[in-house]
Amino acid sequence: MSVAMIDEKVEGEIVEKNSSIFKIEDFNLWYGTNQAIYGVNLSIPQNKITAVIGPSGCGKSTLLKTLNRMNDMIPGVRTSGQVMYNNQDIFRNKQMVEELRTQVGMVFQKPNPFPKSIYDNVAYGPRIHGIKKKKVLDEIVENSLKGAAIWDEVKDRLNQNAFSLSGGQQQRVCIARCLAIEPDVILMDEPTSALDPISTSKIEELIKELKNNYTIVIVTHNMQQAARISDKTAFMLNGELVEFTDTDRLFSNPKDKRTEDYITGRFG
Amino acid sequence: MSRMRRRIILNQTFKYVFIFAMSLALIALSVLIYRILSQGLGHLNIDFLRQYPAPYPDKAGLFAGIMGSLYLMLLIAPISITIGVSTALYLEEYAAKNKFTRFIQTNVQNLAGVPSIVFGLLGLTFFVYLFSFGYTLIAGALTMSLLILPVIVVASQEAIRFVPNEIRQASIAMGATKWQTIWRIVLPAAIPGILTGSILALSRAIGETAPLIIVGAAAAIYTIPDSLTSKYTAMPIQIYNWTSRPQEEWQYIAGAGIIVLLVILLLMNSIAIWIRNKFQSRY
Ligand SMILES: Nc1ncnc2c1ncn2[C@@H]1O[C@H](COP(=O)(O)OP(=O)(O)OP(=O)(O)O)[C@@H](O)[C@H]1O
Ligand SMILES: [Mg+2]
Repeated sequence: MSVAMIDEKVEGEIVEKNSSIFKIEDFNLWYGTNQAIYGVNLSIPQNKITAVIGPSGCGKSTLLKTLNRMNDMIPGVRTSGQVMYNNQDIFRNKQMVEELRTQVGMVFQKPNPFPKSIYDNVAYGPRIHGIKKKKVLDEIVENSLKGAAIWDEVKDRLNQNAFSLSGGQQQRVCIARCLAIEPDVILMDEPTSALDPISTSKIEELIKELKNNYTIVIVTHNMQQAARISDKTAFMLNGELVEFTDTDRLFSNPKDKRTEDYITGRFG
Repeated sequence: MSRMRRRIILNQTFKYVFIFAMSLALIALSVLIYRILSQGLGHLNIDFLRQYPAPYPDKAGLFAGIMGSLYLMLLIAPISITIGVSTALYLEEYAAKNKFTRFIQTNVQNLAGVPSIVFGLLGLTFFVYLFSFGYTLIAGALTMSLLILPVIVVASQEAIRFVPNEIRQASIAMGATKWQTIWRIVLPAAIPGILTGSILALSRAIGETAPLIIVGAAAAIYTIPDSLTSKYTAMPIQIYNWTSRPQEEWQYIAGAGIIVLLVILLLMNSIAIWIRNKFQSRY
């Protein structure tokens, strides 16, 4: 928590040292003629949990999906400005988009395992990237499932279809599947909104643990969740980034009136 | 109150109308099956399945027809499924959703409803004459492949569309290419639907007669095909030939042939239903 108390103004230099892994600059995004993101500037710190909050439709998912270029698949999407990942513009450098996505993994709102066995789900990523040796795969699968805190629950049924698991278990298998490609960043779009409270708290615990090895960006509707798990919080409204600062600060002492209105539940 | 009564009476009336309609269909079907069974069963035996066509009813058999249909299937299945599934994949996964794609889409659906004899004429023009295949096995197989292609395309498209977008996204988000996603995720998930549709389409091909007559399947065949350019026959061709003979005895032989054909069709349809049920409710 060394950055926690550092003021916004000096953050620029500090961030260099603490290496922000993503640097979004003057970023705009349009769906056809509809602008969804307006001039966002945001630096996402490495090995921290960054939460993105804001009312429905404000562009949280859009911003998140920009980071691994999942918006590319939607016809009619246009962008301007830049998104630097490890000092490379993800839209302009020669690195292939597939490579970016192996470094920036994603966990979706609804658990979406493949209609395959638990093992094949987790082994999918390594396999598409060319790993064939059974022993290597076995090891990756075990480590990933352990990393997602679900190994003990599934180790005796790795060959069962992933659909036979509960929603919360499925989501942790999806997290394991994401860990198996050894990403640096994990994007999570409301990963617990489809889950019951117990599964939710399990996944929150897991996310906090993952922080040691991964940078996590999490979109959430649940402000308590953002407050509980994140180091930094970004508040978005109507496609704009209103405020971005340390989570404690944002919730205890918001600078912007709109942030205050939102976190005190006056709108949204 | 009276309104309610009217609705209930109407409800009852329609129920009886539907039951009546269904009974008519069932009665017609039973009469047909009874007639075929009573005429054909007596002539159905191992020899009937093993013998070639012959000028005498008690020497005539369906062997050439069965083998001809089998060889046709062995060609039609790979040709039509490969082309059909590729087309469906292109339309669903790659083609831009514009006017042109919709135009193609509508016409594929229309083609599925074109009478089979038209495909026969198409086959005659293209494969028999233009490509100079003549009245050969490959000309027949290509013609039949065209005939069932639209059905396979439409069924495969439905199966592919049924694969949830979420799992495509999950795969893409892990750095898989589009092709890897299609090959490893979409196709395996769609295969039960594709298989079901393809088997039903093939079972249509196995019973079709008109196009085969036009592209020159022959009735008097005493060998099984040994190359793509062999002369050939098929089960429905044999049966049609027998039914058009004047002596009553031949009708019984035809009945026996129909029973064999029906059993094969029922088997294929059961396999299709079995596959569908086995893989249903996965999402
Ligand atoms: N595929 C799309 N095509 C066109 N417009 C879109 C698309 N996806 C999102 N939008 C629009 O972009 C804006 C931002 O959407 P986005 O999904 O990013 O919001 P969100 O903050 O994630 O909302 P929620 O909290 O409901 O998930 C919305 O106005 C939405 O209608
Ligand atoms: Mg969203």
